[in-house]
Amino acid sequence: MSLERVMPVGLDNTSDDPSGRQALIVNNNTYESITEKVCGVVEDPRIDKRWLAMFIVALGGLGMLFSLIVYLIATGVGVWGNNMPVAWGWPIVNFVFWVGIGHAGTLISAILFLLRQDWRTSINRFAEAMTIFAVVCAGTFPGIHVGRIWLAYWLFPIPNQMLMWPNFRSPLLWDVFAVSTYASVSTVFWYMGMIPDIATIRDRAKHPLRRLAYGVLALGWRQNARAWHRYEKAYGILAGLATPLVLSVHTIVSFDFAVSQLPGWHTTIFPPYFVAGAIFSGFAMVVTLAVPARAMYGMKDIITMRHLENMNKVILATGMMVGYAYAMEFFIAWYGGNRYEQFAFINRATGPYFWAYWIMVSCNVLSPQVFWFKKARTSIPIMMVVAILVNIGMWFERFVITVTSLSRDFMPSSWGYFKPTLVDIGMLVGSFGLFFTLFLLFLRFLPMIAMAEVKTVMNRPKQEESAERPEMAASLN
Amino acid sequence: MFHFPSWTLTIRDTAGLLVGGGLLYVIVIVTFGFSPMTTDVGYQPTQPVPFSHAIHAGELGIDCRYCHNTVEKAGHAAIPPTATCMNCHGMIHTESEKLELVRESAKTGEAIPWVRVHDLPDYAFFNHAAHLAAGVGCSSCHGRIDHMETVFQKEPLSMGWCLDCHRNPEPHIRPVDQITNMAWENDADLGAKILAERGIEPNQNCSTCHR
Repeated sequence: MSLERVMPVGLDNTSDDPSGRQALIVNNNTYESITEKVCGVVEDPRIDKRWLAMFIVALGGLGMLFSLIVYLIATGVGVWGNNMPVAWGWPIVNFVFWVGIGHAGTLISAILFLLRQDWRTSINRFAEAMTIFAVVCAGTFPGIHVGRIWLAYWLFPIPNQMLMWPNFRSPLLWDVFAVSTYASVSTVFWYMGMIPDIATIRDRAKHPLRRLAYGVLALGWRQNARAWHRYEKAYGILAGLATPLVLSVHTIVSFDFAVSQLPGWHTTIFPPYFVAGAIFSGFAMVVTLAVPARAMYGMKDIITMRHLENMNKVILATGMMVGYAYAMEFFIAWYGGNRYEQFAFINRATGPYFWAYWIMVSCNVLSPQVFWFKKARTSIPIMMVVAILVNIGMWFERFVITVTSLSRDFMPSSWGYFKPTLVDIGMLVGSFGLFFTLFLLFLRFLPMIAMAEVKTVMNRPKQEESAERPEMAASLN
Repeated sequence: MFHFPSWTLTIRDTAGLLVGGGLLYVIVIVTFGFSPMTTDVGYQPTQPVPFSHAIHAGELGIDCRYCHNTVEKAGHAAIPPTATCMNCHGMIHTESEKLELVRESAKTGEAIPWVRVHDLPDYAFFNHAAHLAAGVGCSSCHGRIDHMETVFQKEPLSMGWCLDCHRNPEPHIRPVDQITNMAWENDADLGAKILAERGIEPNQNCSTCHR
């Protein structure tokens, strides 16, 4: 234990000192103070005005999304701007956008867990929540994008009176399995990780109704060694399963495009490029959400600047991967010598959608470059601006891939121009309403920080140390 | 603190519940999945004229093709027009109350509003002539019509039912000259022989029916 020197506890934990390890939780927090802080948010009987205002706005967006879906089903998919060359418009763009957002949560909770990155503990809970809510938004779009929504169950291999089965060669069918598996595994992962924390809330609950609700959710969790032993094993296995899952799910989403023959879509770089983009956009969304949440709920000493800085480093790294992929697509278009592919990429950069392409490049490739500087990585305003730009840029990436490739392909006689309708726009805005409704409910009713996990990476508070192990405390002095 | 009852903690104690639930599930699925509500089997609407196949095809032994005269040449098996009825009923049972509507139809030219029993959706194009030419008899799909006082749907007419025969036609094929023989007993060996001799290979692709 004494081999690792722990750096003195201060407020700035962003400096890297090779002689020791920086504290991840600052400001002299104890086990009790962590519990008080995190549970306090859930237990506060008053309704925060800012929360309520945001919740009402989010509900409004959700209501708009639902009414537009009803309108869509009653009227037909022609209410969108999709036309014949561009039959995949915003719904699929939004689908890929939201699925991508959803990948950072699993990356943080699973891959960083396998890599033993302790800094994940402060952010993994709400990153996972973000995953699930983003997947809910994502799942909505392919569901309503089909013209006959009431036959969508034909996508599932159910024995039926027609003796018909889905065609297992379509990546859109793989999407069904990928997204539904991803949604269920992330939900189980998230819920399992939350059980000890829910048990804490249950044990602190005073009102019998709260005790019952959190008691049911906690599944009778007791803090015994056998349960923890099994919990840790199960958590590790789930992390090991979720890691290939997160990579394969977005790979399958990329197959929707890469498996087709369309110039601009038929590219073997898509699977890793999409996954990198998903991590990129997902982390940007985590930063976008973490910064206001930590300020609003006084979690600045649990989600510290070091956490944000680490996320910004991931954004920088994956942003570079995405930039590499953009460059490689152009290189291969030139190198491959296929006229259609060459045209597809020249069309992206200089065609009728040039503005979308350059928004994408400047947001995704240029804006994260400021993170080379520590001043930018640790500045709240700068990281918020960059994170939001990245979210915008990654939406445009999907728009550029989907729409520019479709609007001008092999035959000039079938070139078109895609214009979104108000329904398209309303549904994108409404999907944010759905996302934030769920996310705000989560912040209010569930522990937003994995208390049990954070406590394992804290500096052992001094007073406990000396009380439990006087001889150890003496040797340290 | 909230406690779960201890009997929920082991599978062994809850096994009864699981087995009971499973049984209930199977029963519900079978009851509703195979019920006539789902498959339309047994659908027997009341017809405007109480026409009896049992009398005409059964007792009188009229060949099916006398009335349903397009069945060997066209995709659609025609319902006979009033004129066909009047061929005989112009002279037989001219005062019968049951035939009131038929006589009126003959007089005014208004069609008799028969209720269709075997109703496929319009995206499935069934062809009677093709099946009769291959040696599929009436009774294979419509049951013993010659015993029916009022016609009802004998088979589900579902796509799975169609495909069952297209994938395994042997037990349903007979000599073409026996297709309207209601009493014919199908024989798989004979069916196989006929199929081989005539080189009949039932189609199973989408465009066969969903043109």
